[in-house]
Amino acid sequence: MKSQISIENVSKVFGRHKALDNVSLEIKKGEIFALLGPNGAGKTTLISAICGLCRQSSGTIKVNDFDTLSQYKETRNQIGLVPQELPLDGFESVYNSCQFSRGLFGLKDSRDHVEKILKTLSLFDKRDEQIFGLSGGMKRRLLIAKALAHEPKILFLDEPTAGVDVSLRRDIWRLIEDQKKMGVTIILTTHYIEEAEQLADRVGIINSGEIILVKEKTTLMSEFSKKTTFIRLTKKLKDPSFMKKNKKISLTENGMTLKLVGINNTSNELQSIVNLLSQNGIAFTEINTVDNSLEDIFLDLVETQ
Amino acid sequence: MNIQAAITIYKFEMARFRRTIFQSLVAPIITTSLYFVVFGAAIGSKIESINGVSYGSFIVPGLIMLYLMTESINNAAFGIYFPKFVGSIFEVLSAPVSSLEATVGYVGAAASKSTIIGLMIFLTSNLFVTHDIKYPLVMAVFIILTAITFSLFGFIIGIWAQNWEKLSIIPTLLVTPLVFLGGSFYSIDMLPEFWQKVSLLNPVFYLISGFRWSFFGTSEIPIALSIVAILSFMAICLLIIAIIFKTGYRLRT
Repeated sequence: MKSQISIENVSKVFGRHKALDNVSLEIKKGEIFALLGPNGAGKTTLISAICGLCRQSSGTIKVNDFDTLSQYKETRNQIGLVPQELPLDGFESVYNSCQFSRGLFGLKDSRDHVEKILKTLSLFDKRDEQIFGLSGGMKRRLLIAKALAHEPKILFLDEPTAGVDVSLRRDIWRLIEDQKKMGVTIILTTHYIEEAEQLADRVGIINSGEIILVKEKTTLMSEFSKKTTFIRLTKKLKDPSFMKKNKKISLTENGMTLKLVGINNTSNELQSIVNLLSQNGIAFTEINTVDNSLEDIFLDLVETQ
Repeated sequence: MNIQAAITIYKFEMARFRRTIFQSLVAPIITTSLYFVVFGAAIGSKIESINGVSYGSFIVPGLIMLYLMTESINNAAFGIYFPKFVGSIFEVLSAPVSSLEATVGYVGAAASKSTIIGLMIFLTSNLFVTHDIKYPLVMAVFIILTAITFSLFGFIIGIWAQNWEKLSIIPTLLVTPLVFLGGSFYSIDMLPEFWQKVSLLNPVFYLISGFRWSFFGTSEIPIALSIVAILSFMAICLLIIAIIFKTGYRLRT
């Protein structure tokens, strides 16, 4: 798939702090790319550099082969941005605010288009209300509506579901999937790993200004997949000395459950542990195996870096 | 060129003016009326005419200039500072809008607002004094040039300001004294010789003097000098704005 955004050796320095450190990244056309990272990792700085809110100290960023610094009009024309905070002029009406966003991109007012977006985001009934009267969730939706007002080819969503309720989060996820179906490339930063797991085609992990990993989500999940098996015992295990040699085994739930990390159900290793339990006269009621989540993988990668 | 963006910013800012039109227009009209009552009628009646012009008429150009300058600065400074304050400036900065288009939108709206206020003050003055404008075209040119120039200056202040205190500090501590000491309410011929020389260092004096010339055909300094002064100040403001956008000073990180 063709790259739509090409980031090459981009660094951004604020005083002595290096917010981005030689970042190189390709975003493919039509994909949903989730950029994950802990607070202060550089996610927002990277988005800001692509969208023109900050200037990189070195390196180049191209959007469909246009340079973001020397050909900023061409690059910005293609981008819609939903920022992390709720930066809105509260005195303006919902409808006029969307038309304002559209006008900045050189487009004339379009009642049809703006009303369609407002209906999609359940804001149509609020179109004539002043923004300061909206709830936090509505303001979040309005920011998405404003970003879509000029029909962008690329949509940046910086923590789009931060602080919204479960129902609205699902609505926003649906909207993101709909935009993808329409061919819009989506770059998403999020703290909710579940969100990336649900939506993303590819995942990038950034930490301390460096991209530490970029992979297809499914590849990432299978490559870094670790199974965890829980063996629920009939009674509390008083003497766990027999399993001391095996570091993959630990006791949880006050000695009532054995936790086996990274042991495959079909392997001899599990069979030998079951045998060991029998030999020591330990009975169990249940064996349950779960796959680790993207969240576990993310935490492992960030902590081991 | 993204002309639509400049129009959009202009319309957005003018909509803000319409939302507050009552306080925007009524306050200057009431204050102007008070000036005319106090200075024109009460005190003015005790003052001899200045260069053949009654004192009430003499202060009209100064009053218009006073409002034109302060309103231009305040409107333009607020226009760019408020989106910075609430964070909504990100929209303009991430849109395909050049520095010229953004400046035309914000400064054009601020200059339009202050021009409307200036004209309202002129109309109000007609309720108290009668005067024929000797050079109406020059008057219009002066109003427009002053409104644009001081809106550019206000735009710079709005970008520079990082809090509400800084936003008002230059208009309050620098511009208002310069306007009052620039001959708004008196002719510098009325001052002792030393203070006459000091007044010549005040750039606002040249604007008020030139504007007064368009009303009465007489002034303390040649009209050409006044035009050179306003154009020079405009050029300096444009240069500073160009540098601000080039470097991203207090706009982009």
